[in-house]
Amino acid sequence: MDARGQAPNNSTPLLSEIYEESGEKIQNCYQCQKCSAGCPLNFAMDILPNQLFRHIQYGHRDKVLSSNTIWLCASCHTCSTRCPNQIDIAKVMDTLRAIAHRTRAESGDKNISLFHKFFLSLTKYTGRTWEPGFALYELKSGGLGGFMGWGLKAFLRGRMGLFPGFKGGAAFRNLFKEVGKGGAR
Amino acid sequence: MMEFSYFPGCSLHGTSKEFDESVRGVTAQLGIKLHELDDWTCCGATSAHSLDEQLAIEMPARNLAIAERSDRDLLVPCANCYSRFKGAEYEVKEHGRKVSFPYEGKVTIRFAMDYLCDKPVVEEVKKRIVKPLTGLKAVCYYGCLPVRPPRLTGIKNYENPTHMDGIVKTLGAEALQWSYKTDCCGASLMFTRLDIFKKLTGRILVEAAKTGADCVVAGCSMCQMNLDTRQEDIEKDLGRKIGIPVLYYTELMGLAMGHPDTGKWLKRHFIDPVPMLKAKGLVQ
Repeated sequence: MDARGQAPNNSTPLLSEIYEESGEKIQNCYQCQKCSAGCPLNFAMDILPNQLFRHIQYGHRDKVLSSNTIWLCASCHTCSTRCPNQIDIAKVMDTLRAIAHRTRAESGDKNISLFHKFFLSLTKYTGRTWEPGFALYELKSGGLGGFMGWGLKAFLRGRMGLFPGFKGGAAFRNLFKEVGKGGAR
Repeated sequence: MMEFSYFPGCSLHGTSKEFDESVRGVTAQLGIKLHELDDWTCCGATSAHSLDEQLAIEMPARNLAIAERSDRDLLVPCANCYSRFKGAEYEVKEHGRKVSFPYEGKVTIRFAMDYLCDKPVVEEVKKRIVKPLTGLKAVCYYGCLPVRPPRLTGIKNYENPTHMDGIVKTLGAEALQWSYKTDCCGASLMFTRLDIFKKLTGRILVEAAKTGADCVVAGCSMCQMNLDTRQEDIEKDLGRKIGIPVLYYTELMGLAMGHPDTGKWLKRHFIDPVPMLKAKGLVQ
């Protein structure tokens, strides 16, 4: 480290961890900001995607993992498609979410990570998405009112089944044993 | 006769029932036979790839392994399922990723929008049009995953796709130009950040209405659900009415080809398209 602080290099633990899990080379980012300019969620993010990448280069692990950016990313792939350095930015967001999830560092937006965990633990048993079950998530996160009205309208139009299907069997349910331990299994 | 294995996915069995019904309806009219996969399960959707990369590949791989029991190509109408399937295929074929199911990357995965809006099918559709959609003005909304990432979708014009516009024109309707064809509707935040989600979907609805279109044409079950079923909530936020129906391209195909169940599909919409279609003389 010199007087200007930490130098960006290829060996900060976060940078190598992301590379090992995703194969993406964040060190290639030269801050053109195309990702942030085209991001449809940029207005709601606390750190813009290009800024997040700079923080990764500097190894600012807590700042990166606690940002709401990684959870708000809607995986629309606009950034990945436009990046002049062919960094699959949307994939890096997946990797960062997975790291935050398994290190219990999901402070960026607790409801979004809660929903994903809820979705997977429900689907583990039902085999297929069972939308009425989302009411339980809404109950937990405090937004039930809107969901019930919407769900009733969908039900009346034949767009929501009442009962889960219970598909997939044991081999399917076994997949979920390791959720959160990450890509290295 | 063309035959496909068919993966409807969770949303086509639930919130996008009319997409499933219209895909089955128009393929039957075109002499295409669909065989629904036996005991299929969820593709993992946004949640699996958000938390666990291996799970996000295993969940599609289970379904792809079932599809590989036959030689047929796999037809997938839902953009989210399609994207997860193509992602799993890429990992297994290109990176030699190991999965717990006997999936070898052999089955050809075909997105319903790509197949049904492609030339050979369009030629067949032309022969069967009994009621051209003359006078109908539409904006085609593709969304994200039907076109991105192009590495997986193989779509060349991913910033300005035109294949759905092509089928709309073939059916006799007008496909208007607009700049929001591939903007994100925010589907993954629909249950968690309604505030943000409504801004994204709201902007697409407002811009669609500005073009003077009679309807939005969608090809992704998530997009259609958001633009249609949340439109009234968004109108409340905006303080004004939009009232633009959001139809699947397959519903328009069914309308033009005179499918007898079209009325049943249209009844499932939150924003009722029937008054607009009646005014144009396209339904009775």
